[in-house]
Amino acid sequence: MIFVELPHHLRTLAQVSATVALEVEPPVTLRRVLDALEAQYPVLRGTIRDHDSKQRRAFLRFFACEEDLSHESIDALLPEAVATGKEPLLVIGAIAGGQN
Amino acid sequence: MSQVRVLVGTKTGAFVLNADGKREKWDVSGPFFAGWEVYHMKGSPVNPDRIYASQTSGWFGQIIQRSDDGGKTWSAPGGGMQKSPQGWPAGESNRFVYDTSPETGASLTTHQWYDGTQHPWEFKRVWHLEPSLTDAEAVYAGVEDAALFHSKDGGHSWQEFAGLRGHGTGPQWQPGAGGMCLHTIVLDPKDPRRIYIAISAAGAFRTDDGGETWKPINKGLRSQFIPDHDAEVGHCVHHIAMSPRRPGVLFMQKHWDVMRSDDAGDSWREVSGNLPTDFGFAIDVHAHEPETIYVAPITSDSLHYPLDGKLQVWRSKTGGNQWEAMTDGLPQKDCYVNVLRDAMAIDTLDECGVYFGTTGGQVYVSPDGGDRWKPIVRDLPAVLSVEVQTLG
Repeated sequence: MIFVELPHHLRTLAQVSATVALEVEPPVTLRRVLDALEAQYPVLRGTIRDHDSKQRRAFLRFFACEEDLSHESIDALLPEAVATGKEPLLVIGAIAGGQN
Repeated sequence: MSQVRVLVGTKTGAFVLNADGKREKWDVSGPFFAGWEVYHMKGSPVNPDRIYASQTSGWFGQIIQRSDDGGKTWSAPGGGMQKSPQGWPAGESNRFVYDTSPETGASLTTHQWYDGTQHPWEFKRVWHLEPSLTDAEAVYAGVEDAALFHSKDGGHSWQEFAGLRGHGTGPQWQPGAGGMCLHTIVLDPKDPRRIYIAISAAGAFRTDDGGETWKPINKGLRSQFIPDHDAEVGHCVHHIAMSPRRPGVLFMQKHWDVMRSDDAGDSWREVSGNLPTDFGFAIDVHAHEPETIYVAPITSDSLHYPLDGKLQVWRSKTGGNQWEAMTDGLPQKDCYVNVLRDAMAIDTLDECGVYFGTTGGQVYVSPDGGDRWKPIVRDLPAVLSVEVQTLG
């Protein structure tokens, strides 16, 4: 089981608590985790990455195990602790950005 | 018993304000979609309990929300845990994909960028949702970068009317300070194939064949900020209003100038008359008197607040040129708010009500056609849009 922590606005949009549990078959990559997240919660499609290009939205970041994975390949293996469910993958909204 | 339902989109959420026909006591519900910008909400004329909302965020992008119970509960079409029973593709309701060349897959056209180069269209948000006059499942969306989309399945999926961008002037369009947005959609109640739209900063356009082909309708507009002041396109049209009782007669609040067309936009003439300033964003038409129009003058393009700090709606009962200030109940000193383009609305009760919202978070109502005003709410977030539904 993989655990993903979502920012407040995506939690309320998907009507879930802070941490979402997902079944992801290995190899556990960011692409496969996001595919599973969007399959389980279709309302999140387009909110974390573009529908078609799959590019991460500019003001979001992916953290795990005290590392910024935002610029890693979407097909790179996630840390073992994430793949085994010991640590969550964090989806973070940047503190800068937007118009508010 | 008649009722009114006012739909308010703000910088950080949506609100629904309900009252009976007296429009004195109000029930306020919300915020819905708290923390998100809600550019616009509008109910279907066919099924007033069907309301569409544009929820957007600089972080998370665009969401389309829909209510089928008059704004009490909301959901993203197709955004639930599974596909809908009808089999619509789930999670597609926020997917606005511009048409591309069927041969090459390349962008259909580009537009001018700030540095004078050509730039591809990039979807940013939905500014305006206009439900069909005849089908509750059909709705139009005006988006940034400027294009018109439509949905025939209640907002589950969207397709572009690419003929608008592709009619030939697209490469001359350029973003204004607020972005290059299609913010106004006016449907002709007598001719379902005729649609008017407006884009900042490109101008007004019309289709007479249901959206397949388009033409600019900007003859008579003059804008000092473009090199050719009366160019075919490039004008910063802020809003267009039309009385459903008299399709073809249009009123426009341009960046500067209040304009009128009596021939479905083929030509325009200025009707600013005695307005103290003819800069502004909002304009609307009385529900029963097609020559009675309302604007909210703003000081200038540099000073987005009322002249001398006095919040005023100006009314013309002569279709323009002769205007009178409506000030009773509105603050007449120290008021420095703005009234945005989609933040004025008119109900259809016998004694026509006029509504507007401000960037200071107030929503005002005049139950008597503009003579007297009072605030419904005073302390909402900055108001982006106001629509009203007349029920019962």
